Amino acid sequence: MALFDTRARDIRNLPGFGLTATLAVAFLYAPILFLTLYSFNAGRSISRLDGLSLRWYRAVFANEEIGRAALNSVLLAMIAASLATVMATAAALAMVRIRMRRKAGAYAVLNFPLMVPEIVTAIATLIFFSTVGLGLGFPALVIAHTTFCIPFAYLPIAARLTSMDPGLEAAAADLYARPWTRFRLITLPLLSPGVVSGWLLAFIVSLDDFIISSMLSGPGSTTLPVHIYSMLRLGITPEVNAVSSLMVAASTLVVIASGLIGRRQS
Amino acid sequence: MRLPTLLLAPAIATILIFMALPIAITTLYSVLTPAQYGGVIWQPSAEAYIRLLFERDIFDDTLAFNPDYLQILWRSVLQAGIATLLCLIIGLPTAWFIATRPPGQKSLWLMLVTVPYWVNLLVRTIALLLILRDEGPVNLALQSVGLTDAPLPLAYNNFAIGLGLVSSFLPFMILPLYAAIERFDFSLLEAAYDLHANRRKAFFSVVLPILRPGLIAGGLLVFIPGIGSYLAPDILGGGKTLMLGNLIGMQFQGSRNWPFGAALSTILMAVTLVALFIVARRAAREAA
Repeated sequence: MALFDTRARDIRNLPGFGLTATLAVAFLYAPILFLTLYSFNAGRSISRLDGLSLRWYRAVFANEEIGRAALNSVLLAMIAASLATVMATAAALAMVRIRMRRKAGAYAVLNFPLMVPEIVTAIATLIFFSTVGLGLGFPALVIAHTTFCIPFAYLPIAARLTSMDPGLEAAAADLYARPWTRFRLITLPLLSPGVVSGWLLAFIVSLDDFIISSMLSGPGSTTLPVHIYSMLRLGITPEVNAVSSLMVAASTLVVIASGLIGRRQS
Repeated sequence: MRLPTLLLAPAIATILIFMALPIAITTLYSVLTPAQYGGVIWQPSAEAYIRLLFERDIFDDTLAFNPDYLQILWRSVLQAGIATLLCLIIGLPTAWFIATRPPGQKSLWLMLVTVPYWVNLLVRTIALLLILRDEGPVNLALQSVGLTDAPLPLAYNNFAIGLGLVSSFLPFMILPLYAAIERFDFSLLEAAYDLHANRRKAFFSVVLPILRPGLIAGGLLVFIPGIGSYLAPDILGGGKTLMLGNLIGMQFQGSRNWPFGAALSTILMAVTLVALFIVARRAAREAA
């Protein structure tokens, strides 16, 4: 009676799909979990566990070069994310709330940084700064990071704005609120989860970058990923594992925060 | 200026000046003469593009065909292509499974798939090397079970690079496919069954055509960063097998031939733009 057996014909539950999904997730997590486990190794080895300790974390925190690089990275990510978020918020208000012509063109430009392969961005920015005579180093990093962070900040802000009820702003206008008051008291508070979520994503994307930073950072402005890469010349050490695990923890926390804030009240 | 222009101007101007303009300048650099220690001499030259195909004899200046760079180009396309196919084979069932879960489980699975994407790519690549090494857990497990006597060469080869590309970009395939399956109206399947379609027929004639935009989006999101990928070949390939991204990077580090690097980067950008253009035009035609 195959004709009436709906389970056999239902392709919502296909055999093996759950297994594939589980294996895919395992494949994405296993290396990271292994690296984190070995960062707690009491011994010097990266292939044999000799008990657990925080030895390598103490080594990381005592290492001044790592500290400086981490500070550079965080400072850079905060500045770039803030600049990108301000510009992205303004752009999203124009794109979502105001009727205008040539929206498609503006949309294409806002998303352009997502389309360009990273290595192209890296060397093009290097060429640009050397052509116009601006040196490399921290200011160059801020400009480059701000630029590629814009679409990452823009997407959650525009999504939030689209899902907001324009009636509230219209009501404020009916009660004679001036545009700026309306923006400050109605639009911005409602938009804030999107803005925070966008800022956090931009922050992570900046923190994540290796290639662009490695091309643009001068002697004093090494970022943490660039420093970790230079540590690899001596091979993978437990210290590399420890500092890498700290980065994993930082990005995981920020992403989960961004997801929770973005979903709140929506 | 009008208000929308004022609001849009900072973001648009930043992207145009600090990303679009630099890419245009890079294209210009590709037809200039290299200076000795990096940088360029402002003198037009097609040498960078000639070098891609030919080797110039240092004594009599004759050109001989040299397939080395073409091979690197081809290897990049092949590696990225295989990675895209693997991502599709893993990603489609995964996305399908996630999209058909009840709402609570769905967001948990989505979070599980999304979080690794935001973890630093360098760190993820190091972690993969850690488990693929000769003394890594995979090889140790295989040996202790007795499947192999000597460690399998899992790291520092094309296999490792491919695995690195798949793990780097798999979330890019899963997410657009998930979005497409999520929108899929399952009553269309009921209709197909009512018209006596079997499962295979229903999948290929009803489901697949509707998922095509998601498949194309996912494919591009894996393929494009895959060709230009830098870290996977550099760290997992052990510097033995180059891909386009590494070849470009080298021209600005050790080899110091900026016009050649600019030419390679221009080719990569052109391939990217052509792919995006074809997809955009097809999408526009399907929407019309």
